[in-house]
Amino acid sequence: MMFIRYAIYRLMTMIVTLFVVSILIFIIINLPPGDYLSNQIAELRATGQAEGVAKAEFLRKEYALDRPLWEQYLIWAGFAPGPQGFSGLIQGDFGWSFEFDRPVADIVGDALWLTVLVNLAAVLFVYLVALPLGVIAAARSESWVDYTAAFVGYLGLATPNFLLALMLFYYGNKYLGLPIGGLMSPEYEGEPMSWPKVQSILVHMIVPTFVIGTSGAAAMMQRLRANMLDELSKPYVETARAKGLSPSRMLTKYPLRMAFNPFVADIGNLLPGMVSGSVLVSVVLGLQTIGPALLTALKSQDQFLAAFILMFVALLTLIGTMISDLLLVLLDPRIRYGARDG
Amino acid sequence: MSKLPDGRYVDDAPYDPNVDLSALDRSDMDAPNWVLVWRRFRRHKLGLISGLFLLFSYLMLPFAGFISPYTPNERSAEHLYHPPQLIHWWHEDTFVGPYVYPTTAKADLESFRWTYDVDRTRPMPLKFFCEGREYRLAGFIKTDTHLFCAPEGATVFLLGSDRLGRDVFSRILYGAQLSLTVGLIGITVSFLLGIFFGSVAGYFGGKTDWVINRMIEILRSLPELPLWLALSAAVPSNWSPVAVFFIISVILGILDWPGLARAVRSKFLSLREEEYVRAAEMMGAKPGRVIRRHLLPNFMSHLIASATLSIPAMILGETALSFLGLGLRAPAVSWGVMLNDAQNLASIEIYPWTAIPMLPIIFVVLAFNFLGDGLRDSLDPYKA
Repeated sequence: MMFIRYAIYRLMTMIVTLFVVSILIFIIINLPPGDYLSNQIAELRATGQAEGVAKAEFLRKEYALDRPLWEQYLIWAGFAPGPQGFSGLIQGDFGWSFEFDRPVADIVGDALWLTVLVNLAAVLFVYLVALPLGVIAAARSESWVDYTAAFVGYLGLATPNFLLALMLFYYGNKYLGLPIGGLMSPEYEGEPMSWPKVQSILVHMIVPTFVIGTSGAAAMMQRLRANMLDELSKPYVETARAKGLSPSRMLTKYPLRMAFNPFVADIGNLLPGMVSGSVLVSVVLGLQTIGPALLTALKSQDQFLAAFILMFVALLTLIGTMISDLLLVLLDPRIRYGARDG
Repeated sequence: MSKLPDGRYVDDAPYDPNVDLSALDRSDMDAPNWVLVWRRFRRHKLGLISGLFLLFSYLMLPFAGFISPYTPNERSAEHLYHPPQLIHWWHEDTFVGPYVYPTTAKADLESFRWTYDVDRTRPMPLKFFCEGREYRLAGFIKTDTHLFCAPEGATVFLLGSDRLGRDVFSRILYGAQLSLTVGLIGITVSFLLGIFFGSVAGYFGGKTDWVINRMIEILRSLPELPLWLALSAAVPSNWSPVAVFFIISVILGILDWPGLARAVRSKFLSLREEEYVRAAEMMGAKPGRVIRRHLLPNFMSHLIASATLSIPAMILGETALSFLGLGLRAPAVSWGVMLNDAQNLASIEIYPWTAIPMLPIIFVVLAFNFLGDGLRDSLDPYKA
């Protein structure tokens, strides 16, 4: 019961956060002077194409770009009626992309799911790599395993993501025959899901997952190692050893359980970084996630598209953080929810 | 020390009645804090080497123009995508001193790339303290003396040349000026904001604390790069490179402060209950004075260590932004701008030296990490 109350509380804070974030994003998007349409109108006027001006003026009215900024925000978010009545983010209308001349929902479409997929794969990768490596590095601390893991970890932290991506792509293709670019073979694009398509996506995901996950895995591994070392020096470990528990069983039964909680909770801290990484890597590797779309939208001031993608990215991290918080409460009965004095 | 007949030991030293009883046995343990920190830090070999490397790199920045043989945007149209050249010393078993072989470009019309014929019969010694293009030493003094430059009729591309025939080595040195300072300016912004918000929240508590805390949580839960991208896309394209550089560093710093502010806040929450804070308040110190004089010095060193650890993120951030074309723009030279050229697989395969700027990035980021780790470990000199 307590848990459900906490979950509801956490959900509410997330929604409030999302509201603040939407204001923030709207302000950032509107920082550059002018908007896509007014720039276009100026350009059309300059080249003397009168018929285009009329359409652009119409779109400006249609999307309420001629109103003051705060009204624009309310209409965009769906708190106030726009020219077509209530139709904003809340109502599920994501706006119009001027650059592509199509609704935003059409453009992002599949990309949203692929973004979620890529990030999930990266999170999974972080866990799969960091857990065994961190435990081994702690159990055999100051051995070659520990040093190698630390070295690889540092290198992963220090190499710019995009370069790692380029190099892994190049060498992966040269020596392992991994495919270059994209998230699936071109022939599957726009096709319905099928087994070969899934296979193609899986093979294409190897390099991106590795690239996005490396720095996260390195950070996670270091933290798990530190936590494990703290636990390993405690008296109960000594007792367990003295009683003759086999090392591996002792390790998994007590210290690992204790070190596991921060391990789960930390994914919330790592997630923003990983989503950032996935945007960058997607641009470099040409993955069909929302990364490349964000970059073009920002460069051409396609405001609704850019704002929606930023909102989506923020939502993704917020949900991830919320899930990790809830998991932590489930896992660790020592954590009290709500007020400290309760 | 002498032994008495009954087996006891007696100190022979003459008795001094004026000896100071409170003097320590080991005066080295009574050294000022920074000496203790330095002693501990010195044992952290990796951190020490990294610190020296960074010190050297930063001291080199004003002299980048002097060390590099070319200026950053000097093109040699006849040597596009020139591979790295070696400096030789011995020619046919006779010592000539440092020299290079002249090369001539040849267009390979089958693979459509430039190849270079090396003329191994004519060693051409490098010139030292020679006249080249004009540059500004440390940004002020106009001069045209370079440490070394190419002999007439030859080139000296230590790390090759790029798409427009510009020397990669010189550009890396010039790029360091921007890439290394971006982190410093960014961390200054982040430091000021973080300390201000963190100390206000921690010292006053209550509603202020609540508001600032929510702000911190929101900013921490957002992915940085997309916001960096959005903010830098808002930088007008007609600004001068210097203005763009400053605004980009500020942007990098603006999103970084919440982590620092949180650390400051939690420290303040525990420290403000201490007696000396109460004493200062009772003597009528204003909050600003209590914060600056009594609270901040307590953990300034820890803050500096953690700031050192967040500089790499900014350097990588600048690289990523410039790489995507939203950060610094040509003619400004930074490592990210240089890597922008190495964006596709083709250039990495055919002209691998265009990706060389990644090496200084990796070294600097690693050095900052090691230095920060070393500082953090040694800041508590009384710990075992």
